[in-house]
Amino acid sequence: MKTLYSPTPLVTHPDEVRIISRRFGQGAQDIDRYIALDGYKAARKALEMQPDDIINEVKASGLRGRGGAGFATGMKWSFIPKQSEAPKYILINGDESEPATCKDRLLAEYDPHAIIEGTLIAGLAVGAKLGFIYLRGEYRYLLEIMEKAVADAYAKGFLGKNIFGSGCEFNILTHTGAGAYEVGEESALMESLEGKRGLPRLKPPFPAIKGLYGGPTVINNVETIATVPPIILNGGKWYASFGPNEKNGGTRLTCLTGHFNKPGVYELPLGYPAKKMIYDVGGGIPNGRKLKAFVPGGSSTFLLTQEEAESATMDYDWFAKRGEFLGSGGVVAIDDQTCMVRVALRIMKFYRHESCGWCIPCREGTDWLEKTLARFHDGGGVHKDIDQILYLANNMAGRTFCALGDAAAFPTISIVKKWRHEFEDHLDGRQCPFEAASREMAIA
Amino acid sequence: MAGSVHLRQHRERWPSLKEIIKISQMADVTITVDGKKVTAPAGTLLIEACKSAGIEVPAFCYYPGLSVQGACRMCLVRIEKMPKLQTACTVPITDGMAVTTDTPEVHQARKATVEILLGNHPLDCPVCDAGGECELQDMTFAYGAAESQYMEAKQHKEEQQWSPVVFFDRPRCILCYRCVRVCGEGMDVWALGVQNRGVTSLIAPNQQDHLECEECGMCIDICPVGALTSGAYRYKTRPWEMNHVGTICTHCGDGCKTTLGVRRSKGGMEIVRGDNRDKSGINGDFLCIKGRYAFDFANSDDRITHPLVRRDGKLVPTSWEQAIDHIADRFKQVRDSQGGSAIGVIGSNRTTNEENYLLQKFARSVLSTNNIDHHRTTDYPAFAKAVAGKQKITATLRETMTAPAILLIGNDPTEQHPLLAWNLRTNLRIHNCRIYIVNSGDIKLRRQARAYAQVPVDGGESSMVQYLAGNDSASSQLLSENLTREALRDFRDKLKSEKELIVIFGSEVRGDDIVTLVNWSSAQGAKFICLGDYSNSRGAADMGLYPDLLPGFTSLSSNSPFTEEYGSSMPRQAGLDIEGMFSAAKSGKLGALYVVGANPVARYNIDPFALKNTFVVVQDMFMTETATTAEVILPAANAYEKAGSYTNTYGDLQLLRKAGDLAGVRTDFELIVRIADRMGVDVHKLIPFGKGLRADMGQSRGAQSGEADQHAVWLTARNLEPKLSPFDPEALLDEIQRLVPGYDFSRLNLFAGGDVHTHAPEFSSISQTPSPESIVPANDTLFTSGTLGRYSHTLNSVIENRRATPVEAEIPAD
Ligand SMILES: Cc1cc2nc3c(=O)[nH]c(=O)nc-3n(C[C@H](O)[C@H](O)[C@H](O)COP(=O)(O)O)c2cc1C
Ligand code: SF4
Ligand code: SF4
Ligand code: SF4
Ligand code: FES
Repeated sequence: MKTLYSPTPLVTHPDEVRIISRRFGQGAQDIDRYIALDGYKAARKALEMQPDDIINEVKASGLRGRGGAGFATGMKWSFIPKQSEAPKYILINGDESEPATCKDRLLAEYDPHAIIEGTLIAGLAVGAKLGFIYLRGEYRYLLEIMEKAVADAYAKGFLGKNIFGSGCEFNILTHTGAGAYEVGEESALMESLEGKRGLPRLKPPFPAIKGLYGGPTVINNVETIATVPPIILNGGKWYASFGPNEKNGGTRLTCLTGHFNKPGVYELPLGYPAKKMIYDVGGGIPNGRKLKAFVPGGSSTFLLTQEEAESATMDYDWFAKRGEFLGSGGVVAIDDQTCMVRVALRIMKFYRHESCGWCIPCREGTDWLEKTLARFHDGGGVHKDIDQILYLANNMAGRTFCALGDAAAFPTISIVKKWRHEFEDHLDGRQCPFEAASREMAIA
Repeated sequence: MAGSVHLRQHRERWPSLKEIIKISQMADVTITVDGKKVTAPAGTLLIEACKSAGIEVPAFCYYPGLSVQGACRMCLVRIEKMPKLQTACTVPITDGMAVTTDTPEVHQARKATVEILLGNHPLDCPVCDAGGECELQDMTFAYGAAESQYMEAKQHKEEQQWSPVVFFDRPRCILCYRCVRVCGEGMDVWALGVQNRGVTSLIAPNQQDHLECEECGMCIDICPVGALTSGAYRYKTRPWEMNHVGTICTHCGDGCKTTLGVRRSKGGMEIVRGDNRDKSGINGDFLCIKGRYAFDFANSDDRITHPLVRRDGKLVPTSWEQAIDHIADRFKQVRDSQGGSAIGVIGSNRTTNEENYLLQKFARSVLSTNNIDHHRTTDYPAFAKAVAGKQKITATLRETMTAPAILLIGNDPTEQHPLLAWNLRTNLRIHNCRIYIVNSGDIKLRRQARAYAQVPVDGGESSMVQYLAGNDSASSQLLSENLTREALRDFRDKLKSEKELIVIFGSEVRGDDIVTLVNWSSAQGAKFICLGDYSNSRGAADMGLYPDLLPGFTSLSSNSPFTEEYGSSMPRQAGLDIEGMFSAAKSGKLGALYVVGANPVARYNIDPFALKNTFVVVQDMFMTETATTAEVILPAANAYEKAGSYTNTYGDLQLLRKAGDLAGVRTDFELIVRIADRMGVDVHKLIPFGKGLRADMGQSRGAQSGEADQHAVWLTARNLEPKLSPFDPEALLDEIQRLVPGYDFSRLNLFAGGDVHTHAPEFSSISQTPSPESIVPANDTLFTSGTLGRYSHTLNSVIENRRATPVEAEIPAD
């Protein structure tokens, strides 16, 4: 196969529990290799199971959505009506655009059949005959791999009218976006797939009742769905046992980015101590610098201070108790030479650019915030700007049509609250105290 | 069969209204809003439930009747047990829901949204068309978002002209998407969309930099701010400098209510705006381009403002006295020497009922002639014959908005009856109406049709009527590649199962076909609508502008109240129709012709030479083809410059109110009265003014005791005494109501600004229908309106603009 890209380098650490990454680097793009590495066993097993038993197995695993919202996957599947006049669909969300999040692409690159197999099992569980794998526009190079995998699965009779000779039908289509973060939001994803502007839909109706083309639809993240085959193969309980409790089952791909000595994607069990993750798995902060701020899971989450980060465990509960979010697995370490105003600005620049524009608070709020933060960072700030930034962000949070508005507000609120003194240091036309260092910032 | 319905559903990306609110069948539930109990059907949108309890929830994007957006976030309210504030415009109510709308939290949220919105807003209120009637200004005022914290550069974009009618100013746009929805969902035109994303999002026209659309201006009107403005109105005035007069559009036969904004001008009162924002009247907020902008003929420089008389072959200004004396003398002379049968009278499709009634009364009782006619655009007499004696058989225009099933034969309402087309679309969208269409062309409403029978041109509609009524042999005239035998049979079978059908037909169906059609489907309880072309075509017919029919389609030959009241000078034989009058003129037998608000010379393609021996009097606004043949021309006021009533083609009667004014013109009503007066007529006989209508209001003590009537004194002292003059159309409306069958409606609703349904056809005593050839359809399009339309700057510029914009070749996809 002609590859248009150079393979993503892989990293490892002894603490990793390699369930979904175990075939990375093993040539599993090749269907025979995938089969040799236990591939499609779970699908065959699922074909022998009652749909409800598949769902119960996933429920028992404690698997929660890896797309960011962390919704229990088994529960989500159980919302799909058994009887439906409109066709049901499985829609796999590979739009992966959350800054710092870069794990779904590894799955598509190194283990595409796991995505196909998981999708197929989901189809069996809810009675859908068609699945869509939607990859973000910038992942077009992965589409080739994904499409070849789908074609190979058809050729083997694993997809199509009579999968594995069972008489059951399941089909998969692939699709790419056109470059919009917002279409990762599940309802905008459906709009985009249907060929419309990538705007979110009004909910209710929820996708499980009325989703893609009006049919009941399961929407799962790529990583979530790739986790399904091992759960079916080894049992939900087995999977759950890797996490701290049944609500935080298993492992997840954790993307260490930013100021780490050993950045990369590691499969760590849920509940893994953040301190160990930062200093051991990630190898600590480069250039002898100290950790200043910590993004737990993509730019949409509240940032943590060094002290907070060092006491955190990487599971849903720890964050939920604080009213915060574990997020999408995109971890960022920010060192002490980085300007937090600049971090806030960079994050807001992203959201201003990605806001779909549908609703007022997000469309206008992100623009206003970006402009103010830019002026502020350039030394043009006045004191009341600090409260104004907080005011704008607070009035976006919880008030917008979709969660992108929250995603833009949360990091901003936490930065202003926790690093207010850095804002004050920029006042009165002063030069950014971190200018030199921030130029090196990895996420800039 | 209904090809592009799919397209419509595809593009309507939000759950359609009927999905979200299946209200009608739902049981009532009770919720509390700010402590008040509110009861409404389950599924009612919370914002509507609040409104019904008198609690106003602010909204930019929500618009009743259009799909729900949840985009502006102005309507946030607190619903108990919900973690976040909720948008009242998207939440259907459920039993026991507890809502608060007036807490500091809610107020603060709304205030913040306005503040955030104002950040990028240009705040050019002092010059903005919407200033003073802008919803953004109102919200800013209501929520006190007065302090601007915004210190950044604003997004700017140059203003654009998209069509002669539509201008767009992006910086003012608040992206509420009302325009997009009204154009798509409401008009089914889909000419507006959204381009780009985020803060650079902008409303965009369908042709890159310009619009190709129906130019209805609905988008402009629905825009809550001054982002969309009209070529007709922009930068002309401030809203508070206008008077607002609610009257009726003078173009097509639908009779939309329109509120005209008028302003003092050099020659009188100038109309600068038309809209129906208060949603009163039969059209709600709908108006087409003609109602909204084509009032501008009234301000045309071509208006005639002096009486003109022909001297030495030239038309020269004269005084009113001389002109009227001259006319009265000649009319008398012709009548007395040659007899009334040597005088012809042609009335108008756009003058009021009172004027039409007066004109035929004048013709019959003063000029002693039945030579009276008007440009007939549809066969009302045949319709009257068909429905005579049947009750509740004519449908109102309002009913087309809610009827469960509609059959449309002929006509293209999108072009000829825009409001009807709007009603049919809305009916489908909200009530799922089953629409059946028979047409020889491929009309736009096909997209809304459940079944569409495309019949052959020339006579296809007639054959279809025969076929529907059970004549199977008529199918041979109908079958084609467009219409198979099965489709035809299926079409008829489906219609047979419809119990509450409204049958609407255009001028393609005439004469006995109408009788056949009515007999066939009235057996199933159907109601009927006969489509005529102009604003008061139906009124002209109802008021007896026919040589053989008195008002109310009353036969001339039988005795009627009219024969009693009009006196012995009225001849009892049928007179000449228009064609007859012109051939009489040609053979030298027509001594005088009185044309009021009509242009028969152009419409019937008459050689002006035919009139060389006839004394022609024309009352008109413009120097039309007919006016150029006149001996005397009297400058007339138009419908926007007078009071009276119109009956639309459905039979719904509404009042006109005087909005504009122009020095030098007079109403046709006044002119007829003045001519009659000079002819020596007792005007009291013509106009029953000042009798029996004193505002007694129950204070009859004085009348009985001979004491002074305190109430009457009080009224007189305050100048409130009704002053009925011989020029007051209301005096004549009394007579119309008294004498014209089917016009004995209650005036309460009418004088409150509403419409009343009249029933003249059902009371007709017609024996013979006129020949179908006497019908000459106007064939107007959305952008034409008979002779009048030629003087509308807006209509002309739209037509020219279309010619100037070449149809762009499809860019091949690569
Ligand atoms: C603005 C926004 C962007 C999102 N982007 C993604 C994305 O790129 N990939 C993804 O899987 N989920 C994304 N989500 C979450 C999805 O809406 C949805 O919750 C998820 O795909 C469900 O799958 P899961 O339950 O398997 O996580 C996004 C959500 C929001 C609000
Ligand atoms: S919050 Fe509003 S503007 Fe922002 S992405 Fe969602 S819908 Fe679009
Ligand atoms: S142009 Fe007016 S109606 Fe259209 S989206 Fe903008 S503000 Fe709303
Ligand atoms: S639909 Fe007819 S009555 Fe209504 S505005 Fe248009 S022309 Fe006037
Ligand atoms: S009116 Fe409810 S969101 Fe706009």
